[in-house]
Amino acid sequence: MSEALGTDETLPALGPGGMPGAAGARAAGPTGPRRSPASRLARRLGDLFLSDYFVLYLTLAYVLVLIPFLPTLSNPANLSNVLSNMWPLLVVAVGQTFVLTIAGIDLSQGAVIGLASVVGGALLAVGGSGAVLENSPLWGTVLTEQGGPLAGVPWGLALGIAAMLLTGALIGFANGFSVAYLNMPPFMVTLVGLIGIGAFAIWLTQSENIRPLPDSFVELGKGDIVSVYLGPQDEPKIPRRQIYSLVTYPAVIAIAIALAAHILLSRTVFGRYVYAIGANRRAAEISGVPVRRVVIAVFTISAVCAAAGSILYSARLEAGRPTLGDGAFLLDVVGAVVIGGTSLFGGKGKILWTVFGVLFFVVLSNTLNLMNLSSFHIDMVKGAVILAAALLDVLRTRLMRERAA
Amino acid sequence: MSALLAFKGLSKAFFGVPAVADVTLDVAEGEVLGLIGENGAGKSTLMNMVGGVVAPSGGTMAWRGEPYAPADAAAAAARGIAFIHQELNLFLNLSVAENLFVDGFPKKFGLIDRRAIRERAAELLAALDLDVSPDAPVEDLSPGERQLVEIAKALHRDAELIIFDEPTTSLTPRETARLFEVIGRLKAQGKTIIYISHVLGDVARLCDAVAVLRDGRLVDAGPTAVFDIARMIRAMIGRELSGLFPERTARPSDEVALRVAGLGQPGVLENVSLSLRRGEILGLFGLMGSGRTELARVLFGLDPAATGEVELAGTALAGPPRQRIAAGLAFVTEDRRAEGLMMESPIEENLALVSIARFGRAPAALIDADSLAEEARETAQRVRLKAGNIARQPAKSLSGGNQQKVVIGKWLMNGPRVFILDEPTRGVDVGAKFEIYTLADQLAASGGAVLFISSEIEELMGVCDRILVMSRGEIVGGFDTAPFDQSAILAMAFREAA
Repeated sequence: MSEALGTDETLPALGPGGMPGAAGARAAGPTGPRRSPASRLARRLGDLFLSDYFVLYLTLAYVLVLIPFLPTLSNPANLSNVLSNMWPLLVVAVGQTFVLTIAGIDLSQGAVIGLASVVGGALLAVGGSGAVLENSPLWGTVLTEQGGPLAGVPWGLALGIAAMLLTGALIGFANGFSVAYLNMPPFMVTLVGLIGIGAFAIWLTQSENIRPLPDSFVELGKGDIVSVYLGPQDEPKIPRRQIYSLVTYPAVIAIAIALAAHILLSRTVFGRYVYAIGANRRAAEISGVPVRRVVIAVFTISAVCAAAGSILYSARLEAGRPTLGDGAFLLDVVGAVVIGGTSLFGGKGKILWTVFGVLFFVVLSNTLNLMNLSSFHIDMVKGAVILAAALLDVLRTRLMRERAA
Repeated sequence: MSALLAFKGLSKAFFGVPAVADVTLDVAEGEVLGLIGENGAGKSTLMNMVGGVVAPSGGTMAWRGEPYAPADAAAAAARGIAFIHQELNLFLNLSVAENLFVDGFPKKFGLIDRRAIRERAAELLAALDLDVSPDAPVEDLSPGERQLVEIAKALHRDAELIIFDEPTTSLTPRETARLFEVIGRLKAQGKTIIYISHVLGDVARLCDAVAVLRDGRLVDAGPTAVFDIARMIRAMIGRELSGLFPERTARPSDEVALRVAGLGQPGVLENVSLSLRRGEILGLFGLMGSGRTELARVLFGLDPAATGEVELAGTALAGPPRQRIAAGLAFVTEDRRAEGLMMESPIEENLALVSIARFGRAPAALIDADSLAEEARETAQRVRLKAGNIARQPAKSLSGGNQQKVVIGKWLMNGPRVFILDEPTRGVDVGAKFEIYTLADQLAASGGAVLFISSEIEELMGVCDRILVMSRGEIVGGFDTAPFDQSAILAMAFREAA
């Protein structure tokens, strides 16, 4: 029933114009002429469910339902806080989206964040205290009382940032090389990265933070470009805490990265290669897709995004911190991407989905915080939500299949 | 003979579209019934109703004269109905014996009685002349042996009706012969068999009666004695097919398109030399394991070769597939599911895969979506693809023949000079086969060259200008002009002539 017939007439050379198979074609779905209002409603709901914006709608619905119970949720201060939590996570999640789309996974992102943070801190620090860092192998070699080697150097900030991104690029390249040329499973390769590189970063500072960092760097993590004041107009002096950030440096950086990634994935030849490898790696290889190069590029993008996230996180924290991407951080990243709708099995993923997934995840964490739950409870609920997202993905796929049938 | 299974006005519609419509048919006890029809004709749906997988939306079934309406697959199995599917339902990691007993292990003291299993399994295997150990893991068995294990499973469950769905697709000729022998034996034991196949010659040889479905309806049925292959085809496609093969429109030129000299790889290929001319369709016949697919893979750069050289239009081919594709080589692999298509992706994306880089525009290789869509649409027309919206419809929603056209189309879009087709008509119905042959002819006629690899000797004889025969990694001979002598080709493939 769902298959076009093999033939309908004898073969002349080539048919005239018109859509191929107008005769043998059949509608892709139940499109009977008569449909009850109920089935039309069901179809609308189905459309909503399958829409790219589904997770956004879900987030909005979730917020609307909770506002009566958690009035602080709609507080401008809280909203500004939610946004500021969103940007660095988005940058990291964008990188993970590429890897998941080729049916891989990058567990090393957390460790990359930690190591990049230490690298940036050690190079950029504008002072230091031996009391804190005396056991660190960096103390006396790279770091001194006067700070790191780039302190006060012209273009020092740019060099420090470049070094952080380069750290990510090298790790990502090594990951990609191991997967593409040594045929190692991404899970193992990046798990080793997570453990080994994470430990290396901690060893470098003996788990201490490196500070202080220059103001110009800190600005990247929390500097405002546009802020709003919603209080009374006739106040002679506006208290700082009533000014809410609207457009910040991290926001601009994250949106720029997400936009560039969106174009790369959806509009370029490279993006098509990424999807093809995720959909069927063998077929891609035989069709001439440079599979190995693309795999390396994808892992490099993922780790560079992690390093970019590390810049935002380190700047916000005003410190180089080896444990920045520790603990349940990876849960947040992978969870947000998967909730957005990107498939763990590859071939299916969009940056737009990731944006919404990250928004949902950040809002979720925020509401759980506002409910005064402990961090253990928060992680338990997050785990349950990821499970629900996986189930939702199964249901979406099934519905899509039914419609195609 | 009384009817074991009877359909009366049986119908099934999906979303208002009839898949099976008003089928009334008796399956006599002890007969072998051939069920044929093109892909999508309703064979699977009909059998799924018998198997309790889908419920009829109209009509009734009767089993030994009593109403039969299985609630699920288990209910059908309990009545004595067994399926031997194209994709077998065996656990590859378990042993033969464990697979036979997987739905009910004999127990002793609450533990599985391994000895009883092994003994009973050995009996069942012996009854089928299957010479494998009950302890052998199924993954070590050949496709033919696996199928016999599946049949043993059916016998173990005392099945009375055994339904075979395209059972010979992955079998060697020898395994096929053995399967037919086993089916004959099952029939002698009084089992009833429904045999579904695209290989009409087998149906004619094997079956007592034939039933033909088209568009969900039973269009013709009768004893095989009065049912020749021409009548089967007529009934299946609803018209005369003037021949199974299209008229060739091109003559080979003298210009060599692909030259292979002394290609060798220890244990795989031995000193393979051939030359393929422009405008030519060169057939390559060999039994399973003769090295035909291996040769194609080496030519395409997927596998290494220790010695020898390959030249395409005068330039040496080397390196990975990417470089050979750039030189003008195209390869339709035998396994379109695993190596040809992105099943979940839209048809257009599949069509664009090989030539996508051509649509990248500076800066950053942004894809020119409009000209891509335009070319994909033209290609879909050129291969006579029967599909709806190619930008949205996933490849897996197409029938086997149309899927194969997508694979051919994605190469066509790249304008190749030499096509390697490896088993391009496997699992494809008669009408779509004809279209694929026509495409091969068009490729040759438009100045290309085609290396047509197949294990179906009739199709090679029907479409090729020359036929080479491979055996154990070597090209053992060739036949230069039609009409070809089928038995001579086979004898050469078996090395009986040597």
